[in-house]
Amino acid sequence: MDSLIAIWDSLPLVVQILLKIMLIVAPLMVLVAYYTYAERKVIGHMQVRMGPNRVGFFGYRMFGLGQPIADAVKLMFKEIIIPSGANKLLFLIAPMLAIAPALAAWAVFPFDAEWVLADVNAGLLYILALTSLGVYGVIIAGWASNSKYSLLGAMRSAAQIVAYEIPMGFALVGVLVAAGSLNLREIVLAQQGSLLHWFWLPLLPLFVIYFVSGVAETNRAPFDVAEGESEIVAGFHVEYSGMTFAVFFLAEYANMILISALSSLLFLGGWLSPFQGTALEGAFEWVPGFIWLLGKTFLFMFLFLWFRATFPRYRYDQIMRLGWKVFMPITIVWIVVIGAMKVGQLPWWFD
Amino acid sequence: MKRVIDYIRSLFLFELFRGLGLTGRYMLSRPFTLEYPEEKAPVSPRFRGLHALRRYPNGEERCIACKLCEAVCPALAITIEAEPREDGSRRTTRYDIDLFKCIYCGFCEESCPVDSIVETRIYEYHFENRGEQIMTKEKLLAIGDQYEEQLAADRVKRAALY
Repeated sequence: MDSLIAIWDSLPLVVQILLKIMLIVAPLMVLVAYYTYAERKVIGHMQVRMGPNRVGFFGYRMFGLGQPIADAVKLMFKEIIIPSGANKLLFLIAPMLAIAPALAAWAVFPFDAEWVLADVNAGLLYILALTSLGVYGVIIAGWASNSKYSLLGAMRSAAQIVAYEIPMGFALVGVLVAAGSLNLREIVLAQQGSLLHWFWLPLLPLFVIYFVSGVAETNRAPFDVAEGESEIVAGFHVEYSGMTFAVFFLAEYANMILISALSSLLFLGGWLSPFQGTALEGAFEWVPGFIWLLGKTFLFMFLFLWFRATFPRYRYDQIMRLGWKVFMPITIVWIVVIGAMKVGQLPWWFD
Repeated sequence: MKRVIDYIRSLFLFELFRGLGLTGRYMLSRPFTLEYPEEKAPVSPRFRGLHALRRYPNGEERCIACKLCEAVCPALAITIEAEPREDGSRRTTRYDIDLFKCIYCGFCEESCPVDSIVETRIYEYHFENRGEQIMTKEKLLAIGDQYEEQLAADRVKRAALY
């Protein structure tokens, strides 16, 4: 063990950081792949079907666990068609612009009390900035395809993403008022105590709004008018094929995972045990904090799928109304309430 | 007042939660899926699949070339040519069903006075070359010979049911 640590310390800093990045991105990509599998499986069961259960490994079916691998390989071998008249450079850059922020945001994400790649003071701002960058991928993809359908799809997506950015931002303002810090690690530490001490209770409206805005921002059902696979096929990425399409797909799912992880971090106490400070604390001492975080994240990831299987698509004007005329006022009012609670030193949360 | 209640209900997502409850319940129920190649859906004795020509238990073919099936066939899928056999009985020399034309209405079977042309329960078949879709007399009789037991049993069941 000591020799391993010695080897680690002898590595140049750049190599150390690259290895850490690998350690974050590789499991994330696997998670994205299996999230698509989970989605098909969960939605299948909600529709009393089975979902994929044929493709396995080494001749065994294994509940179809080989499906995402097969899908990935298929997409990799498909031709990348560049439409005539498309701006080739932008056309190829757009998917990268979509996925880069979804991955880069994990840099400041604390997986446990000490497990964080970059302990940035303004972590929350950094994440807010990066999630907003994803819009560029969408709008550039729509424009560079030289197709009116992708352009219209991109406009709709972008308008929706920008509209929901605002209530999302306000929800985050509530969190940072409550936590008194922009550092994600300190936001979690501010929630110490049992699950009643977490921010989801005093910030309940903001919590709901944050997650729903997250669903809208990732263009997921029931806010997926821009993609609307059952009616208009694809939206901004209609002209994409093969791996370029797959990258958009990856970005969408990576964003969903990011939103889920952030919700659990900001409102459900991240890696903190729900039994902290209660009689059960000792019984669950052996569970590492990372597992708690993972469990909470999976809960939100499941909600994404549950929503998709349950709700019919919103009309476009309803989406805009919800974002601007319902979420915005509620968040603003609740920020004032939070301020009052903070000043009044409400026990548990703000003392 | 109703508007206020509706507003509050929609603000607190009342119906959305009910919807989530419904899908959540269904997720825990058993899927209805039949995994097709391994499991198969039950087939009715009245099922109208691939055709067959039957024989009498003594091996004599039933068809007497009355051409009622040819006449009743709405898709004109049946072609029959007939001649007297050496023993003087009337038999078909050609009995073709074009499966591309056939609409599986079952009229041929209903019109047959000797229960010769029947539709079996077979629904899994395919053609790989042009011309294979013409079921000749030999092919039809072969199918009839192969499935005679089930065909006879199905006729009995039908009679009992209707």
